[in-house]
Amino acid sequence: MSEMTRKPLVEVKDLKKYFDINVGMFKTLPLKAVDGVSFDIYRGETVGLVGESGCGKTTVGRTLLHLYTPTSGQIIYDGKEIKTSADIHEFRKKATMVFQDPYSSLNPRMTVSDIIAEPLDIHKMYSSPEERRQKVLELMEHVGLNSEHASRYAHEFSGGQRQRIGIARSLAVNPEFIVCDEPVSALDVSIQAQVINMFGELQDKLGLTYLFIAHDLLVVRHISSRIAVMYLGKMVELTSAAEIYERPLHPYSKALMSAVPMPDPKIARESHRIPLSGDIPSPLHAPSGCPFRTRCAYACERCAMEVPEFREIEKDHFVACHRVEEIN
Amino acid sequence: MALLEINDLRTSFFTDAGEVKAVNGISFQLDHGKVLGIVGESGSGKSVTAYSIMQILASTGKIVGGSIKLDGQELVNAGEKTMRKVRGNKVSIIFQDPMTSLNPTHTIGHQIMESILLHTGRNKKQAYERAVEMLRLVNINEPEKRMKQYPHELSGGMRQRVVIAMALACEPDILIADEPTTALDVTIQAQILDLMSSLQKELGMAIIMITHDLGVVAQMCDEVIVMYAGSICEQGTADEIFYNPRHEYTKGLMRSIPTAGTFGQRLSPIAGTPIDLLNLPAGCPFAPRCDAAMKICIKQKADRMILNDCHYAACWLNVKDKIESGELSPAKEDSNE
Ligand SMILES: Nc1ncnc2c1ncn2[C@@H]1O[C@H](COP(=O)(O)OP(=O)(O)OP(=O)(O)O)[C@@H](O)[C@H]1O
Ligand SMILES: Nc1ncnc2c1ncn2[C@@H]1O[C@H](COP(=O)(O)OP(=O)(O)O)[C@@H](O)[C@H]1O
Ligand code: SF4
Ligand code: SF4
Ligand SMILES: [Mg+2]
Ligand SMILES: [Mg+2]
Repeated sequence: MSEMTRKPLVEVKDLKKYFDINVGMFKTLPLKAVDGVSFDIYRGETVGLVGESGCGKTTVGRTLLHLYTPTSGQIIYDGKEIKTSADIHEFRKKATMVFQDPYSSLNPRMTVSDIIAEPLDIHKMYSSPEERRQKVLELMEHVGLNSEHASRYAHEFSGGQRQRIGIARSLAVNPEFIVCDEPVSALDVSIQAQVINMFGELQDKLGLTYLFIAHDLLVVRHISSRIAVMYLGKMVELTSAAEIYERPLHPYSKALMSAVPMPDPKIARESHRIPLSGDIPSPLHAPSGCPFRTRCAYACERCAMEVPEFREIEKDHFVACHRVEEIN
Repeated sequence: MALLEINDLRTSFFTDAGEVKAVNGISFQLDHGKVLGIVGESGSGKSVTAYSIMQILASTGKIVGGSIKLDGQELVNAGEKTMRKVRGNKVSIIFQDPMTSLNPTHTIGHQIMESILLHTGRNKKQAYERAVEMLRLVNINEPEKRMKQYPHELSGGMRQRVVIAMALACEPDILIADEPTTALDVTIQAQILDLMSSLQKELGMAIIMITHDLGVVAQMCDEVIVMYAGSICEQGTADEIFYNPRHEYTKGLMRSIPTAGTFGQRLSPIAGTPIDLLNLPAGCPFAPRCDAAMKICIKQKADRMILNDCHYAACWLNVKDKIESGELSPAKEDSNE
């Protein structure tokens, strides 16, 4: 991967996103989908974001791009806080999103060419129809689509091809930063590998920075330089991809990593799983203190009273657990 | 005699666009107490194989050839009355979405008991006790209380455990699990897989584990079948398939998955796009995407070749020297129907 300078491209500070949920006639409760998340993303790197369904990964991605209005917290891009609608409009040219579902995220009544050019249209990024056409063809080439496909409709394509169309579209504005929300989860293994490689090639060629959300931990490990683990709206651990696999420190990360079924019978036979009982609590009724305490084997009184701080335990290794030093 | 013997099974769907040969001549056996994995990409015929065994195909689907023998009894054309005895009693199936098997308007208890009453000679009280016992077996806490709850009151992982309890309540000889953990998170998946393993050992049943996840296969299966475009590419013990693949599709699949060795590098994906079952090629179905394809591959589908007593593959490369020496050529080789 390309050289990264130690200046963050994206800084997220105590980001919160609450949704109001109706729970009775006149009663709403705040659903704390993201509840105080802080992290940085450096230029040219890929940060993987993992965690169980509903833990807030997509919400982090969308709020980060101001597709959802943050409840509170700061998003700083390239040293500048994104606040006003003018900031957001400019920001949209630099930061885009690729979605999970290649089937529903593309309008079936639009041609491939119009789908890819839509962001160009919105941001008026060409001076003639010819320039628009040229840009579309260039984008299609970037993602390995045949130029003959330009006038066809999205529904005529396979899942892998649709995902390429979606990626070409997010590249249209020449972004620097892309939030990829489960971009390969709906694809078969062989096609998934093609698309994963493409993300890598585009990153090298265009110097892109990614936030890569996925539930397949091997895919995330493959593509990321650093990995963040979320649980119930909070970040519990953030460190290098190698470290999170070899030496996870947070009790939840430990259980999560040990649960990954390794595609290797010998490793699978020898691996020791850390069992995790129970289910993830509802974010409407998150436990007090540490969100993981209802399933944590190390939970103590303090865990119910105090929210553990997300702190740098070792250089570049952040963990939110009161007892992390004792248990490791 | 094997518990389940499938021979040259063919299942097609008759659609407006033509005949979809979803399962195109597959043969395999399953012994008592074994865990057999079936892997392959979406549309390769894994589920249709399972539905053919259970005979729960959509109305446009039909078994058009071959044989399925359970304990020596032929099931193809055996009739609905026989099949009703087989389903639930001898062979149970669980699906990716537990709600396929659960009725949202009835309590968990009602549904498990119904299945027990239908398939066994137990009376109501015994059925209740058996249902509670099964819930306890699948690690559902406070089973008596859960009996009174409705499916929507449970999480996805708990629902799948209830479905497993239901499927196992009648002690089937074979449990078919069609992507049972695909919709679940890894930690919940781990719970379900561990549960299935321990129940399998305890009850001694056989499992057919259908999945596209090679990690699940590596963890669970004694034997593995790899499917592509309705055909079996390769079958062998898990170790043979993972460490000594002998079909080009299997090799490609193994190279496509990220593992400890690929981190930070490019993967080696299989080129091309998935197959269109309406336009199956004449020869090896994988030939259009295969880097190693030879002339013979395009003309003729390879037979199931025995590599050793626990490994079969249908790939011409295994007899490449014979093809090159002229000993084997498509004209002479006519054992393929
Ligand atoms: N628009 C919304 N309105 C109300 N609640 C929402 C909304 N979007 C998300 N949520 C809730 O916020 C929580 C976090 O959701 P989010 O989609 O971020 O999860 P996720 O980690 O991306 O999960 P998955 O792995 O299933 O995609 C969930 O409880 C979800 O139900
Ligand atoms: N009800 C149906 N009607 C028509 N085609 C079907 C039907 N069910 C399955 N098929 C086709 O049969 C093939 C195999 O499907 P399936 O066994 O479901 O694949 P998988 O390996 O993903 O389980 C696919 O091409 C699928 O489109
Ligand atoms: S803070 Fe307490 S409950 Fe939370 S992870 Fe650490 S030990 Fe477990
Ligand atoms: S039979 Fe031929 S085309 Fe098919 S996998 Fe083997 S080498 Fe490739
Ligand atoms: Mg999501
Ligand atoms: Mg299927």
